[in-house]
Amino acid sequence: MFFQPDKENISIDNLKAVQEECLAKTIELAGRSPYYRKLFNKYGLKPKIKALKDIAKFPFTTKEDLRQSYPTGMVAVPFEEIVRMHASSGTTGKSTLVFHTKKDIENWAILVARGLYAVGVRKTDIFQNMMNYGLFTGGLGLHYGAEKLGALVIPAGSGNTKKQIELWLDLKTTVIHITPSYLFYLGHVIEEEEKIPLSKFSLKIAIVGAEPHSEETRRKLENIFGIKVFNCYGLSEMNGPGVAFECEYQNGLHLWEDHYYAEIINPDTGEVLPEGKEGELVLTTLAREGMPVIRYRTRDITKFIKGRCPCGRTHRRIERIKGRTDDMFIVKGVNIFPSQIEGVLMQIPEVDKNYRIVIDRYEGLDKLIVEVEVKKGFFDGELSHLKAIQDKLTNKLKENILVTPVVNLVEPGSLPSSTGKAQRVIDKRRL
Amino acid sequence: MSIIQLSVFLENRLGRLDEVLKILKDNQINIRALSLADKANYGILRMIVDNSEKCIAVLKKENISVNFTPVVAVEVEDKPGGLQDVVKILVEVGVNIEYMYAFVEKTGDKAVVVFRVEDTEKAEEILMLAGKKILEKENIPF
Repeated sequence: MFFQPDKENISIDNLKAVQEECLAKTIELAGRSPYYRKLFNKYGLKPKIKALKDIAKFPFTTKEDLRQSYPTGMVAVPFEEIVRMHASSGTTGKSTLVFHTKKDIENWAILVARGLYAVGVRKTDIFQNMMNYGLFTGGLGLHYGAEKLGALVIPAGSGNTKKQIELWLDLKTTVIHITPSYLFYLGHVIEEEEKIPLSKFSLKIAIVGAEPHSEETRRKLENIFGIKVFNCYGLSEMNGPGVAFECEYQNGLHLWEDHYYAEIINPDTGEVLPEGKEGELVLTTLAREGMPVIRYRTRDITKFIKGRCPCGRTHRRIERIKGRTDDMFIVKGVNIFPSQIEGVLMQIPEVDKNYRIVIDRYEGLDKLIVEVEVKKGFFDGELSHLKAIQDKLTNKLKENILVTPVVNLVEPGSLPSSTGKAQRVIDKRRL
Repeated sequence: MSIIQLSVFLENRLGRLDEVLKILKDNQINIRALSLADKANYGILRMIVDNSEKCIAVLKKENISVNFTPVVAVEVEDKPGGLQDVVKILVEVGVNIEYMYAFVEKTGDKAVVVFRVEDTEKAEEILMLAGKKILEKENIPF
């Protein structure tokens, strides 16, 4: 069951031919943008490519390069052809802008529609899009994709929890698009505050994204709501959500290789790694007109899953993003991903879903503090039981991250639960 | 028989105890006895109040983790050896005391000791047989 059977089921040889042809076009087109023209001149590169492997001659493009070319340095078509602009959340410095032609928007919608179809969304579904609309790509990206597929789209946006729940109930929403932390929060509000039985909802599918999360988080969400939860991957520099999407098998995300040329590299050396090795995902747009980007360093850590997916799609699958090279933090010389800590917390029934990681330095030594909420039901008034939960968490975390954390038990509801991207890691060492 | 002690989970944060106590004040709940046990980052506030049901309800409404447990309250002589006299009885029959705290009765000549033990009923029976006065809810003047 495919949205575009001929494109999703394409033979590997044909896929390669498409990639080769599109890559050549992309390089040629990129050479028309001020940024790449200058770059090609600097390195004496000809905007011509004969085989896929020739891409290795081209340097990587980084977020910093995008920032440097602000605002329109990477636009490769006459500006009147541009119909849309998005910007990525600028955590440091200026945000990066991405420009789309009409065809780019159309293509993006198709890729999202492929993914939605793959997880079971159909024309008959009611799709409530609970992501932020605006410069952020999560809202409009899925909106256009779901419309393309023919579902009824409710552009609810994020926040306004009571209204969201009302819409869920009254319009019998079957599919939602949401961040995992907001979905947890909604579950809490529905159960604890509104006291509405979850059986009253018609929800079947949640598409979660925009925040790295673990497999355990997915399972937990599925159990709370009794629905299927699917992972969607994307980044604004590569359009936004819909670069890769899970299918019904929930075993890796199909990366649409007719639209993106993917490489996995060693983030330290830039060396391209063989298939199956974990590293940083590097993407080249293959069909984008407005702003072609060559070898973009996503900072996302993943690897290709070997072998064919039982769903039949030929596009290779990447694993759930393990973390970003830049949300990884180092404590006492050990690399730690927040997703590792989250994975452990999700296995401990006594603690709630909200958590916060604080990294501080005492007397020259790094200290990793993990703050977790004790679930109300587990508080029985015994100090020794709290101590036991604390010890269990400390040991489990130590096993997993190889650093002994300080586990701090806090009262339920006391950690900030965000309706957008949750701020989970606070590194006080930089302050 | 036994009396009810409330336990409240408290974060170790400046002003948190004050916030909880303010809730009790605003709801006209009187505390007869309390003890605070702590573990560096968090603690448990244990207390005996005049209206346990109401107290639990208002704390829960404020999203505070609260639980209750039976404890034994025994009257002891306010004189040297008064407490040892009671503890000795429990030790002799092998009743393990998990924790305890004391308060003075309003009249001032007797003290009351609150014991948390595994088997509340057994402890009460033994103490009564030994002629000690076990306080029930009605006996505690607020």
